Amino acid sequence: MNASTHVYEPAGGARALETVAAWLLGVLWVLPLLYAVWTAFHPAAYSTRVDLSAPWTLDNFVAAWRAAPFARYFANTMMLVTIVLVAQLVLVTLAAYAFARFDFPGRNIAFGLVLVQLMIMPDVLIVENYRTMTVLGLRDTILAIALPYMASAFGIFLLRQTFKTVPRELDEAARVEGCSPLQTLWRVYVPLARPTYLAYALVSVSYHWNNFLWPLIITNSVETRPVTVGLQVFSATDQGIDWSIITAATLLSTGPLLIAFLLFQRQFVQSFMRAGIR
Amino acid sequence: MTRTREWLYGWLLLMPAFVLLVLFTHFPAVANLWHSFFSTPRGARKAVFIGADNYRQLAEDPIFWRALSNNLWYALGTIPLSIVLALAMALWVNDRLPGRGFLRLAYFTPTVLPMIAVANIWLFFYTPEYGLLAQVLGKLGVDASHNWLGSQSTALGALMVVTVWKEAGFFMIFYLAALQSMSPHLAEAASIEGASRWYFFRRVTFPLLMPTTLFVLVNAVINAFRLVDHVVVMTRGGPDNATSLLLYYIYEIGFRFWDSAYAAALTMVLLVLLGATALAQFVFLERRTHYR
Repeated sequence: MNASTHVYEPAGGARALETVAAWLLGVLWVLPLLYAVWTAFHPAAYSTRVDLSAPWTLDNFVAAWRAAPFARYFANTMMLVTIVLVAQLVLVTLAAYAFARFDFPGRNIAFGLVLVQLMIMPDVLIVENYRTMTVLGLRDTILAIALPYMASAFGIFLLRQTFKTVPRELDEAARVEGCSPLQTLWRVYVPLARPTYLAYALVSVSYHWNNFLWPLIITNSVETRPVTVGLQVFSATDQGIDWSIITAATLLSTGPLLIAFLLFQRQFVQSFMRAGIR
Repeated sequence: MTRTREWLYGWLLLMPAFVLLVLFTHFPAVANLWHSFFSTPRGARKAVFIGADNYRQLAEDPIFWRALSNNLWYALGTIPLSIVLALAMALWVNDRLPGRGFLRLAYFTPTVLPMIAVANIWLFFYTPEYGLLAQVLGKLGVDASHNWLGSQSTALGALMVVTVWKEAGFFMIFYLAALQSMSPHLAEAASIEGASRWYFFRRVTFPLLMPTTLFVLVNAVINAFRLVDHVVVMTRGGPDNATSLLLYYIYEIGFRFWDSAYAAALTMVLLVLLGATALAQFVFLERRTHYR
């Protein structure tokens, strides 16, 4: 890029001032995280004082891993995230296709009803959804955590926007060659929407990896608890407030997502950007 | 394709998602209203119709009013600050300041972490005597024994800081997306006209970011009422309900005291608040941005 595209970049004194401010905020923003990393990787004796000669250790992670069934929690979270994502991708694709390319009576009303979920998310309907899960006999199952989130209004909305940008000619060409509507969807629409799928998948995975309140309510055993709830159960029981171990457990439970984020930082940020533009 | 076939296809494609949506969004919202007019079934005692008794109880419940006002203060304290910070972050990351890669990473990372992990980290950060905050304040000569989360006057504020820390980077992304899609010709034209940098921001950039601001605002409002994970971890609503937010109170009533009928009445308040937000969005936002 040449200079003229950034004519309003700060210059001189203003630039120095803004750089300092931006960095100050940046340091402030990473400080709690660095502190957590420091505590987790050092013996408890150093957990509250920064001493550059302090020895590094993995003992806290080992202790945390032994103290709670984190392996099982991770497996549960993986299972949960996979179930939600697969179901969402299928349901959302079909519904978005219907809204984007089919003319049927009640379409606008149905779309309006879908958009209601953007405001009233399953997160706030915990009392009634708990009742429903009890009636269905699904309490304390991974399926029960996943079910309320499978039909995602956000996903339907996002994908419908993308499908609408697909040229009608492509659609018609596929039909002329004898493709059924579902074949057309699979061969024309889905491949063209791949960036949107990636963006949506990243947003969905991070949302459900991080979700806490509903899983806390609906699960009750080691076999179903995702890692967020497991972490809370672990930290809330009296650990003699050993911060080194709790912090290690915290980093442990966010580790996979954090590492994935650091590796694919650019894609993550771009996905969130794409998902945000409506 | 014939008309009937198109109708059929449309509905069949929509059906699976729609059934789940009705089952877990629309039905519970309506059932919630219904159940709020009944008593909570206890043991052999069945739920009986009690009219507006739950709402009468609600009107006289000081903890409910406390939670509601806490939630409004919480929204007021976190939303404007998050949005201003998000905008500043986006402008800084968009300008080519030295180290913008690090800055973007620093601002955005809290967004990727689960709120529950964030809460654990900050719980430690706030610990009296030992926490980093206490140590830094101690070095500055300020009393390090203050219990930030344990005192009525600072607990809610301490939670607000955590929320701003977590959310500002998330909102930054939307501003960044908007800034990057802005035509550079605008800046060129403005500079030829001799507009100052501040004038350009005030009269061109900021108005063009208005749809983004409204979008972020709506999301921030929803989040202020939807996300209470940190309350569960850090304060459990205490001390003395100083940090009880509406959804947290619903959780307490519904799943610690198991009073599902009263929890249903409380949920109605939350639904009305979210509905009002939706209405406001419809009136202000939908008219300005035409994405349908």
